[in-house]
Amino acid sequence: MTSITFTINGTTKTIDVPPMKRLLDVLREDLHLTGTKEGCGEGECGACAVLLDGELVNSCLVPALQAEGAKLCTIEGVSTEGRLHPIQQCFLEKGGAQCGICTPGMILATQHLLDKYPNPTMEQIQEGLAGNLCRCTGYMRIFEAVQAAATITDPELAGTSR
Amino acid sequence: MRSDVSQFDLTAPETLDAVLTQLAAEPGKHTPIAGGTELMVALGIGRLAQRSLISIQHLAELRFIRVEGDAIHIGAGTTFTDIRRSVDIARDLPLLIQSASWTGSVANQNRGTLGGNICNASPAADTPPALLAYGATITLVSTTGRRTLPYADFHLGYKRTALRPDELVHTITLPRTFADYRHYIRKVGTRNAQAISKVALAAVAKMDGDIITDIRLGAASLADRPTRCTAAEVVLISQPINEDTIRAARAALASEAKPIDDIRSTAKYRAAVAENLLEEFLRSLL
Repeated sequence: MTSITFTINGTTKTIDVPPMKRLLDVLREDLHLTGTKEGCGEGECGACAVLLDGELVNSCLVPALQAEGAKLCTIEGVSTEGRLHPIQQCFLEKGGAQCGICTPGMILATQHLLDKYPNPTMEQIQEGLAGNLCRCTGYMRIFEAVQAAATITDPELAGTSR
Repeated sequence: MRSDVSQFDLTAPETLDAVLTQLAAEPGKHTPIAGGTELMVALGIGRLAQRSLISIQHLAELRFIRVEGDAIHIGAGTTFTDIRRSVDIARDLPLLIQSASWTGSVANQNRGTLGGNICNASPAADTPPALLAYGATITLVSTTGRRTLPYADFHLGYKRTALRPDELVHTITLPRTFADYRHYIRKVGTRNAQAISKVALAAVAKMDGDIITDIRLGAASLADRPTRCTAAEVVLISQPINEDTIRAARAALASEAKPIDDIRSTAKYRAAVAENLLEEFLRSLL
């Protein structure tokens, strides 16, 4: 077991875990943050995507020790004080979420995308979400939700991924 | 069957020297892990044979892109995202940018490293064809010093490399001498994002009128390792591009290609597509 300290959704935590434990399992089993989902478990589906120091990563491929000192943001940290983030609101309104398994990863991939490209082209949206598989929506409603979210600028919510 | 993670050890020594000292103390006992986009997949499905790992992901000493004179030096810990963001690489080595952009997805590119892509040594890996076409050299480091070799000599066989158990890849160096070359790269797979190549070809060529004065070809999935296609290069150098030379080049490529049948494609398809890619490149030079 190794003692690991990181900041998760704004709160600093220290936990004792096996150093090779997958960050995904640390989130779900040790921190009980079950919003992050496991899909393929091999880095291809993006269901377990979280932000690590502002960068989108698949948490199934991150050994716990490599999160030492990091700032992590999971789907639980996206809304503020019970208020949905504009990206979440847009996914809701545009029908970008159906069964919901891919949604946490989609939301974080969208946040990462909009941090990089506040006004993304359709090509940038498609590339930014290419690592996130959805078996329900056919993607079009997800793209519409991302486009809608890009038009909303709320300084209060800017930089929540950092 | 999932691995029991309590059976694995992982440490993160603070410096490159400390990592090298540990590797040298018990050669072969420890496996370096950078972004984890290969080794963690093996862990997840219960197939990670190595029990003791050393993280090198945090080493700033291995994460750099430096332009020096006629060369660009890229640290082994440089991520695909770092490569895609580099204006220097975009200007001088566009094939490397292109290959980094279709390696996995954004999340994988944020973690995966150039050194990891090379050391994992898959014959289908995305960046090796570009590195081969550009004539990269590779610098390996250990407690006993550094050695530099042509990247084309690094791969010895299927998933076998020249890297000793006490060594790490430190730097990949590429010449900045391709300003007046034509650049070509194409990956053929089921789709660009995530999918592993059925076959890929990277190429650079210098023309004088319709005569090829220099040409370098690097391929993925045409053999048990990433390969430079020297037989095809030889028949094309100092030749004009016409139906005869295109035919000769296709035949030469077929003679040196040793693809296999696997879950992604067949040997026959791979060889045929590789010839087609070469022809597409040659015709684009006219």
